[in-house]
Amino acid sequence: MPQPTPRQSFLRGLCDSSPFLLVIVPFALLFGVVGTEAGLSITQVMGFSILIVAGASQFAALQLMIDNASTVIVLITALVVNLRMAMYSAALVPHLGAAPLWQRAIIAYFNVDQTYALSQVQFEKNPDMPLAHKIAYFFGTAAPVCPAWYGFTYVGAVAGGAIPPEFALDFAVPITFLALIAPALKTLAHVAAALTSVVLALAFAGLPAGLGLILAAVAAMAVGAQVELWQERRAA
Amino acid sequence: MTLSNTEIWIIIAALGIGTYLIRFSFLGLIGNRKLPTWVLRHLRYTPVAVLPGMVAPLALWPQATGGETDPARLAAAAATFLVGLMTRSVMAAVFGGAVTLYAGLYLLD
Repeated sequence: MPQPTPRQSFLRGLCDSSPFLLVIVPFALLFGVVGTEAGLSITQVMGFSILIVAGASQFAALQLMIDNASTVIVLITALVVNLRMAMYSAALVPHLGAAPLWQRAIIAYFNVDQTYALSQVQFEKNPDMPLAHKIAYFFGTAAPVCPAWYGFTYVGAVAGGAIPPEFALDFAVPITFLALIAPALKTLAHVAAALTSVVLALAFAGLPAGLGLILAAVAAMAVGAQVELWQERRAA
Repeated sequence: MTLSNTEIWIIIAALGIGTYLIRFSFLGLIGNRKLPTWVLRHLRYTPVAVLPGMVAPLALWPQATGGETDPARLAAAAATFLVGLMTRSVMAAVFGGAVTLYAGLYLLD
């Protein structure tokens, strides 16, 4: 069998990640719409999508800004949402760690949920893939989703002002979050963490905007970790 | 939103840099070192620890109704969650929630 070229690996990554457009495009549109409705300029909305490139944390930051949370609380909360990406970064090291620094710097920028998830599966399946092919595959997975994230944020931001209040866009963010949460409740530990987060966030609702959420999130993470540990011990 | 333009740009820039550093951390700086098990154990739960706590007050006390619990929005939240649990599909959940929200607003308001 002839050895595939890096170009073919790139194209395979591109094909593998294209189905994600079904999710990326509406979310990007929605972020653009909700961002401009909240009072951000189009440039600022684009600043979010181009510099941060992380949907859930962008929506979280925006919601807290609408709630007039302090800048520090906006930053802490949105960065906590993105902490999982440290895990992605670590998981890619065995496969892409040998690339030159400038390439790793670019890879880091595109290390989002979709590119990570696809690449990780691909590299675990084919650990002997040459480095150039792994890099090409990774960039292939970024090629459709990242430009779509920027482009459709822009379309949403431009269209946003024209959408009348009858469409109840205020509720787009809660629905988006719930739609992300429900499929993520994979184990008892995830369910326990989510429940802790809900109960404590409601209990702390009287605290300054966002502070209760941070306390609830820290406690929820600890509960998730403890339940996982407890289940592991019971299984052993 | 009461933030000034400068404050908004500070938030965008700081989040951009912070998020990049998180993504760059191991690939660029720390290299081939293993994360301690207890750290991984906590990181796994960051999204489900933050997002539910953010949604709960928004669903119970929506801003659009001045914090008054709204049957249409509550039904939409429940529908989104249930469809998401049953189908494990983000888009199906959004669709279920949106249909319920508009049906509820039409029938109840």
